[in-house]
Amino acid sequence: MLKHALIAFLQTNVPGLPEHRVANIFKPLASPGASEKEIALLTFAITGAIFVVVAGLIVYTMWRFRRKAGDDEHQEPPQVYGSNQIEIAWTVIPILIVFVLIGVSARVIASVENASPPPATAKVTLVGHQWWWEVDYPQFNVRTANEIHVPVSRNGNHATYLTLESVDVIHSFWAPQLAGKMDLIPNRQNFTWIDPSEPGVYFGNCAEYCGTQHANMLLRVIAQEPDDFKSWAVTEAKPAVDDPSVASGKAMYQSLSCVNCHTIRGTSSIGQFGPDLTHLMSRQTIGAGMLTNTPEHLRAWVNDPQVIKPGCLMPSMNLTDRELNQVVGYLETLR
Amino acid sequence: MASIDYPLEYPREDKAYSFSETLYSWVATVDHKRLGLMYVVSALLFLVIAGAMAVVIRLQLMFPESHVVAPDTFNRLFTMHGTTMVFLVGMPMVAGFSNYLVPLMIGARDMAFPRMNAFGFWIFLFGGLLLYFSYIGGGGLGGAGSAPDVGWFAYAPLTSKAFSRGAATDYWALGILVSGVGSIASAINVIATTVSLRCPGMTLSKMPIFVWVMLVDSWLILIVLPPLNAAQIMLLMDRHLGSNFFETQAGGSAVLWQHFFWIFGHPEVYVLIFPAFAILSEVIPVFSRKPIFGRAAMVGAVVAIGFISLGVWAHHMFAVGMTAWSNTFFAAASMLVGVPTGIKIFNWTATMYGGRIRYSTAMMYCCAFLLHFLVAGLTGIMLAVAPFDWQLHDSYFVVAHFHYTLIGGLVFGLMAGMYYWFPKVSGKLLSESLGKWNFWLFVIGFNMTFFTLHFAGFLGMPRRIYTYAPDRGWDTINFIASVGALVQAVAVACFAWNVLYSLKKGEPAGDDPWDGWTLEWATTSPPPEYNFERLPVVRSSRPLWDLKHPQDPDWKYE
Repeated sequence: MLKHALIAFLQTNVPGLPEHRVANIFKPLASPGASEKEIALLTFAITGAIFVVVAGLIVYTMWRFRRKAGDDEHQEPPQVYGSNQIEIAWTVIPILIVFVLIGVSARVIASVENASPPPATAKVTLVGHQWWWEVDYPQFNVRTANEIHVPVSRNGNHATYLTLESVDVIHSFWAPQLAGKMDLIPNRQNFTWIDPSEPGVYFGNCAEYCGTQHANMLLRVIAQEPDDFKSWAVTEAKPAVDDPSVASGKAMYQSLSCVNCHTIRGTSSIGQFGPDLTHLMSRQTIGAGMLTNTPEHLRAWVNDPQVIKPGCLMPSMNLTDRELNQVVGYLETLR
Repeated sequence: MASIDYPLEYPREDKAYSFSETLYSWVATVDHKRLGLMYVVSALLFLVIAGAMAVVIRLQLMFPESHVVAPDTFNRLFTMHGTTMVFLVGMPMVAGFSNYLVPLMIGARDMAFPRMNAFGFWIFLFGGLLLYFSYIGGGGLGGAGSAPDVGWFAYAPLTSKAFSRGAATDYWALGILVSGVGSIASAINVIATTVSLRCPGMTLSKMPIFVWVMLVDSWLILIVLPPLNAAQIMLLMDRHLGSNFFETQAGGSAVLWQHFFWIFGHPEVYVLIFPAFAILSEVIPVFSRKPIFGRAAMVGAVVAIGFISLGVWAHHMFAVGMTAWSNTFFAAASMLVGVPTGIKIFNWTATMYGGRIRYSTAMMYCCAFLLHFLVAGLTGIMLAVAPFDWQLHDSYFVVAHFHYTLIGGLVFGLMAGMYYWFPKVSGKLLSESLGKWNFWLFVIGFNMTFFTLHFAGFLGMPRRIYTYAPDRGWDTINFIASVGALVQAVAVACFAWNVLYSLKKGEPAGDDPWDGWTLEWATTSPPPEYNFERLPVVRSSRPLWDLKHPQDPDWKYE
């Protein structure tokens, strides 16, 4: 099963969109990430110079003043107790360096936190759950999970604003190539914004320890051309497809406890604890980014999520083969 | 105070003692040296346990998608590793070194409150055992025993009844609360001892820097542990008495816990590193054959670090959504710590400059400290730059950074101290050749693990994940890091073997093997129960230098 997951991971692919699986913070593709990279490089330059000077001094001293073979055992070196001038020098110089750094940091902190970001095209409410992301688009009346679709913002004119909330414990939003972290804290609202400059799938993780399956609370930001994004949002806003050929599957689904946790808009399934399944098949992955969304994976997941993601809050459903086929058959129609 | 009746006579070389007599003499002792030793030995035992946990953690992360341990087990491992290393290794090392050495260095017969000293040790040990009893009595989700799995920082509301069922979190809170009482007892004792029991002539300006640093350290413990203990009690009230300090479901605040925790947690880092500062300030001068450079500045720097460290805690919280002003304040305060820390590094280097450095293992560890702690300080500056920290926070870069402070800094400093004072404690020298193996394996293994992990952070690897996919660019780094962990394990085994071997077969050390300058080298190795036959009288900060160089004594210049 897990081998399965591994292969699936390697195969996941969104047609047409490049994938950024290696999330190098030094290759940012959005404004907040870019300004963080800029100050990172400046900090590197300053600390790097300090390192070269001080480490050089230490190593030189270690080597130059070692005891040599011919030295007289009892001869002590001159006893020097200190020097006010030298000590004042190496107190004042670091203070000056620190003040430069403080000034630069203050400027960048203000520029990122206080400066008005570009006008928002999309507004997203990201809600943390143990161990998945609820993604709401109040403007479009869309609710999905784990994959955050956003428009590309080439000239900084299509930024996406994120309101961050949590229903249980603290989580943290981190898509390294787009922006640094911002926590999702219960009983509190945080804000952040991103403006990806290139279309693509940007990988990230939950960055605050949130319990058993913290490791598999994976995140994808899918940046699309604004038009593609709009049409995606319009499709997602529709109620679920009602395919008469899977009526028995739908009935089976509705007779089971699935409905207590999942919503399928347009049906009587209105649970809130688990991901919204209205357009389940439009998502690339299931299990918060663990598996590609293929029929086999979906069947394995519904059969026993505890095998794939031990400790997750969806229990083993203990369905018979017939029930499982019917339920999965129904879910597969939810495009 | 001076008239305490010891329950047993101090053991004599020429007399055979039965096992129960020996055991009783250790359990009932109020001698500062025996208590100091017991602190250090229990810290070393906990170090081996928590180190073994680290090895399992690294084995699990050696390859992507591996199954060495289950997710819950992994989370318990890193929780217990962190909690043990901070509270059951670092803290007792502070208490152990100061207990053993402070009275000897100030020419006193014992600590000011010997019985409170014994109480402090036993309550610490009991707290540690209580924490570990959770493996049997924790009663987690699985029904059976379960160690805490909420991280050593135990962020609310993951610790609330709703998300942390069973009793594991209660064991965590109680274990730390109880051992914290011991730390406070020991801190009060060190302060009282240095204030009231210095030998004639030893004014504060002539007190060894080791003692000075331990004094400041004790004050810091006294200031920062109570907020933690109060927070633990609030947490226990939330869990059992229906209060809602941190219960977000009932309107409590998750961020409040972080403030309480880090106003303890960040100064705690300095509490842990100060003993290494103290040790270096004694070892470097002796092996460089020069007095410490800029004594007053060294003492002032430690006091300054102590003060500034009380105002930096929220740099652990740059990602919780504070205002730009708060972020700027805490970034600035955090960078300011770099100034006094820099002074210390410069002054140690200046002490070596112009000296005649003898590279015993103790001195090699001091040099390793200087270089690694420099790296730790500079990565610390990077983390203090708040916008950079938004990327680095809770990534493996942070793991690399603080292991540079706590292994490259604290542990290397403690190793220097062990090699330096082992002869005084046991009367035997540690083997230098085993020491060199120990040193090089440790330095190489340490850098394999933690230098590489900086880069995992740059590539977006978050902390505390039990598994990762093979295509995120983290696999090679993690493999190298795990091999490094195994090398470090071998290095620690070398040290353990060195201690056991040298206790049996080590060369006799004599009273003063390093040609030292502070009072502990004026008595026998190991020192007698009463430490000094006659109370010493000192005239300078290097009393033994004065004795050895009557024509050129220090007090002429001080």
